[in-house]
Amino acid sequence: MSTPAASATLAASLSTEDANIVARASVWSKLARHWGVRIGGAAMLLLTLIALAAPLLGTVDPTLFDPGSRDLLPGAQGEITTLEGESIKHEFMMGSDSFGRDIYSRVIYGTRVSLIVGLACALVSVFLGVLAGLSAGYLRWLDMPLMRVMDGIMAIPGILIAIALVALWKASLLSVIVAIAIPEIPRVTRLVRSLVLSIREEPYVEAAVSLGTSTFKIMFGHILPNTAAPLIVQGTYICASAILTEAILSFLGVGLPTDFPTWGNIMAEGRVQFQQFPHNVFFPGIFLAVTVLAVNVLGDGLRDVLDPKMAKKV
Amino acid sequence: MFAFLVKRLAATVPVLLIVAVLVFLLLRLTPGDPAAIIAGDAASPENVAKIRENLGLSKPLIAQFGIWFGNVLAGDLGESYFFKVKVAELIMQRIEPTLALSICTIVIAVLVAVPLGVLAAWKQGGWLDRMLMGFSVMGFSIPVFVLAYILIWIVSLKLGWLPVQGYERIAGGFGPFIRHLILPSITLSVIYIALIARVTRASVQDVLSEDYIRTARAKGLPENRVLIAHALANAAVPIITVIGIGVALLIGGVVVTESVYGIPGLGRLTVDAVLARDFPTIQGVILFFSFVYVLINLLVDLSYLAFDPRIRY
Repeated sequence: MSTPAASATLAASLSTEDANIVARASVWSKLARHWGVRIGGAAMLLLTLIALAAPLLGTVDPTLFDPGSRDLLPGAQGEITTLEGESIKHEFMMGSDSFGRDIYSRVIYGTRVSLIVGLACALVSVFLGVLAGLSAGYLRWLDMPLMRVMDGIMAIPGILIAIALVALWKASLLSVIVAIAIPEIPRVTRLVRSLVLSIREEPYVEAAVSLGTSTFKIMFGHILPNTAAPLIVQGTYICASAILTEAILSFLGVGLPTDFPTWGNIMAEGRVQFQQFPHNVFFPGIFLAVTVLAVNVLGDGLRDVLDPKMAKKV
Repeated sequence: MFAFLVKRLAATVPVLLIVAVLVFLLLRLTPGDPAAIIAGDAASPENVAKIRENLGLSKPLIAQFGIWFGNVLAGDLGESYFFKVKVAELIMQRIEPTLALSICTIVIAVLVAVPLGVLAAWKQGGWLDRMLMGFSVMGFSIPVFVLAYILIWIVSLKLGWLPVQGYERIAGGFGPFIRHLILPSITLSVIYIALIARVTRASVQDVLSEDYIRTARAKGLPENRVLIAHALANAAVPIITVIGIGVALLIGGVVVTESVYGIPGLGRLTVDAVLARDFPTIQGVILFFSFVYVLINLLVDLSYLAFDPRIRY
């Protein structure tokens, strides 16, 4: 452990390039020491592994059903018929639903959908938000109209936009991702725009302008790299909220088609017989809550380390 | 003061106009014939032709918007082809449960969150502070419908204290009305409490480091007076602001909560309309919710005048 003062003297004695390396290394070691980053990151790693290794974790095809194995309690032994028509013995660790599908397999495969949707929504909304924010912040003539449209989108509760878009487009993985990402764009845009407005006054941008660097290069080469830290933090929060929104859409029956094993879909099917079989709702619910919690804890940790000014505010 | 009111009102007009344009475009920029989409899957060709006529679909887009927006301004949100009534009428029929649920939720949230936030800020780093911060991350993470089922399972099914679901109109007596509202409101208030408590804590913490707080303590004012009359009063503006912004969360939560608890309000209407692909109703409800959201935030802005005498426009 080195004190800030010690590392400052150390950095001062080194060349600029070395100092950059020191600064970068200290961010990584700060990240590695932050308990939120550790716990949230470890949980996300575990969930990613679960998603990737889903077929190896004692699961069966999540869409397989066996009328003989309907409504089993967790831990029950039963049978399930494969696509080849062969009946295999299977332990229903989390019970089965009213079609005789294995809840455990559906929950494990549901991890895939949630993680893909969360990650993709974060990437899509950050990408589009960065484009819009850079344009609004750097091209003054575009600022007013673009930001007014963003104000308009922000005035509509996000979940309503997502619901309406999915209803119009017919639900597929792509349409769900885009529909959830769109209402998140204005917040990224505002963030990037405000960063650009302050960064563009920095001496190094002024220097680039006076050297005749093209606007495109200034926007993407000089300004964008300096918005990375707050964007990573914002992207993490968007990922958490997208996972929640996807589950809500599925749960309400307006999201991905019901044969898709998503946590929201499993809960939507389970709610019908919630009084007799509450575990059909609770198992996917626990996975959902833990996943969102992990992403949020990770986001808070990243914010504390990468964006200390923001961390102090909330 | 009056000039500020006029200016602030004028500033909401473009936002509402853009919301209207977006809601209008929602249907027009979708591949397919808007008239056929609006008429629904089971519509006859004559029906579709009639709708096409009403929408002015043969005219340019801007004229179509003019027709539609003129109707909206006159209070005509179109007709639901699923429920077979005017959308405006439908919204009025469904507004009571949503209003009751929202008010109940906001009251619970403010009563719980503000004192918690103040206490956490007062004993910064203490056990309450750390618990509150932990709770608020959990509050943001636990999905409304998961929480709803946990509460139903414990309070209604295991303990049998409150009804599992349903809604009683207030006209049918206050007792049953409130018994049906308690669980949904608690469910919905959790995320709101997390949000308000966090901001209250941060805002009061800021104020507590001000000189006038030290002065108030130095002149021997009791600590509760310092916290309420001096700290909270000066920290009010961010708290009120977040209550206003949180209404967006509330509206999203209403859609889910009403579905879980079987409450026949606007949220349930939204889901029913989407499942029935009833687009005039979807458009109407979105417009209505957005209008309410913008209006509440306008009121929040105006309330700054009352809460912070330093603000003079």
